[in-house]
Amino acid sequence: MILVQCEFDTKLKKSALELLGAAQKLGGDITAVLLGTGAGAVATEAAQYANQVLVCEDALLEPYTAKTFAKAIADLAEQAEATIVLLAGSRGGRELAPRVAVRLDAAYLEDATNIERIEGGLRIQHYAFLARVTETLEATAPIVVCSVKPNTQAIAETRAAGEIYEVELELTASGVNILGRIQEKTTRVALTEASLVVTGGRGLGSPENFALIEGLADVIGAGVGATRAAVDAGWRPYGEQVGQTGKTVQPNAYIAVGVSGAVQHLSGMGKSKNIIAINKDPEAPIFKVADYGIIGDLHTIMPALIDAAKKLRD
Amino acid sequence: MKILCLIRQVPDAEAKVKTKASKMDFDGTTMALDGMDEYGVEQALRINEGGANTIAVALGSNRFEDAIRRALAMGIERAIHIETDTIFDVVSQAKILKAVVLEENPDIVFVGGQHADTDSQALGAALAEALEWNQITWTTELTLDNNQAKATHDVDDGKESLELTLPAIITTQQGLNEPRYPTLPNIMKAKKKELKKTTPAEYGISTSKVQIVAQEIQERARLNKLIDGKDPIAAAEQLIKLLHEEAKVI
Repeated sequence: MILVQCEFDTKLKKSALELLGAAQKLGGDITAVLLGTGAGAVATEAAQYANQVLVCEDALLEPYTAKTFAKAIADLAEQAEATIVLLAGSRGGRELAPRVAVRLDAAYLEDATNIERIEGGLRIQHYAFLARVTETLEATAPIVVCSVKPNTQAIAETRAAGEIYEVELELTASGVNILGRIQEKTTRVALTEASLVVTGGRGLGSPENFALIEGLADVIGAGVGATRAAVDAGWRPYGEQVGQTGKTVQPNAYIAVGVSGAVQHLSGMGKSKNIIAINKDPEAPIFKVADYGIIGDLHTIMPALIDAAKKLRD
Repeated sequence: MKILCLIRQVPDAEAKVKTKASKMDFDGTTMALDGMDEYGVEQALRINEGGANTIAVALGSNRFEDAIRRALAMGIERAIHIETDTIFDVVSQAKILKAVVLEENPDIVFVGGQHADTDSQALGAALAEALEWNQITWTTELTLDNNQAKATHDVDDGKESLELTLPAIITTQQGLNEPRYPTLPNIMKAKKKELKKTTPAEYGISTSKVQIVAQEIQERARLNKLIDGKDPIAAAEQLIKLLHEEAKVI
C-alpha cells in the first residue's frame, strides 16, 4: 500500500496531484492523507485519485510543525501497513519526510525525479553535487519513504471515487511557538511553477534596473528571478532567489540577464529546457550552458527585447 | 551552553566534478568544508566566544579530516571523527549521531541546510526525530535567551518566525552570518586540538539502507546560438524570432 501525504490549501496543491500521479504509476492500493484545518473540504477531490482518503483535523496539527506532522503520518502509515510513503519534495516536505522515515525506521530517498518499483523496494533518480550529477539509488526495506521533486511527475488521473475516513490520532504539542509568517506575495506567476522565467543578476547594476527584468517578464508572462548576488545586495527579496540556497526552477525557457553563471546559480536552473543569456562578457560561464544568447550591453538590449516581444504579442 | 556542529567535506563549489565507470571520481578535485556547515560553525563561535564547549562532529571518510581541521582552525574546541568509507543513508546516520549527541548532551546541534555532495536537506530533521527534538530549518536569524531560542527561517512561501525551548537542531544557510577565515596562529593551534576517532561499528551500525547504483554527469547539449549585440534592435528581433519560431517558447 502506498501512503501519500497531500499538501493542500482550498484544493489539492499541484505537488499532491503529482504524488498521486506517481503513486498511480507505481501501481497498487493508494491511501491519501489530508492533515490539518480544511482537510475535510478537499477530501472529495482527493478521493477521485485514491482508494482511501484519511482525514484528520486535530487541533494540534495547526499551526504546522514538523514534529507533530511526522508523528501523525508515521502513525497512519503503520496503521495502514504502508510499504511506500510519498511526500512532496518541497522545502516543507523535505524537513518532514526524514522525520517520518526515522519514526518508521524506513529507508529514505530524497527529492526523486524518477521513481520505479524494484523487488522489495524502490529505485529512484535524483540530483547530487549541486545538481551536476544524476544519481540512481536503490532502497530495499520493509518501508521506503520518498520525497518527490516538484514538477517532475505527471498529474494523477481521476478514477472510481475512494472511501473517505475521518481518523483520530494521539498527538502531542510540539512545543514550537509560531510567532508569525510573512508570505511573499507576487502578482506574477509563482517562480517554481512558471514555464518562463526572467532572472536578473549583478550585471543590472542597480535595483532600479530590475524594471527591465519585470518589463520583459510582464510582456511574455514570465516569473521573475534573481541571483544570490542581487539578493545579497538588497535589490530583490529572497523569495526570488534562484540557486543552491534559493529556489530550483526547470522552466521551458530561462532568460538570464546580467548573470555570470556561478555553479551555485546553475544548480538551481541548469535543468531548464532552454537557457537564454544576455551578458556583455563573452567569457561569462552562463554562455557555456546557453541555447541562445546576445553578447552585448543589457541596458540597450533589454528595451529592444521588450519592444520586440510586445510586437510579437500584439 | 554546549554546541555541537555537524560538518562534512565536499567538493569545492568551484571545482569540476567528474565520474569514472558511473562512480564519482574525486581524484584531483579540490575538497572543502561544506559552505552550509560553515555557517553553523561560525554561529557556534559567536554564541560561545573563544570556542569553549564547541564540538565538531564528522561522519565520513578519512579525507574529512581536512574539514575538521578547518573547523578547529576557525575556533571550534575539539572534534569527533566517526571514520567510515560507507555512505550511510540518512536514517542510519541519524542513529549513529544520536548516540554521539546523547554522550555529549549539547543544547544546540547545528547542521548545514543542504549538503553540497548529496544535495540532501534531510540530516538535521532526521537527527531531530531520532532525538525527539524540535528543529529549525533554513535559519537566517537566531537569538538566544538562556534556553529559549527565537529564530526566523525560510519556508516554501516566505518566512516564519518562531520560538522554542532548547535543545534543538538548527540548520544553517546563507544570511545567518559571515563565516570567518582562520588566522595563521589559529591554524597552528588547531593542529594540537583534540580529535577523537571512532567508527560507526562502535554505535552498532554497519550497513546502509540505501545503495548508490550509479552516478552520471548528464549535461544537456546546448545549442549555443549566440548573437552579437552591437546592433541591439536587430539582435533583439533575431532572438525573439528564434524563441518564437525555433524554440517555440513564446
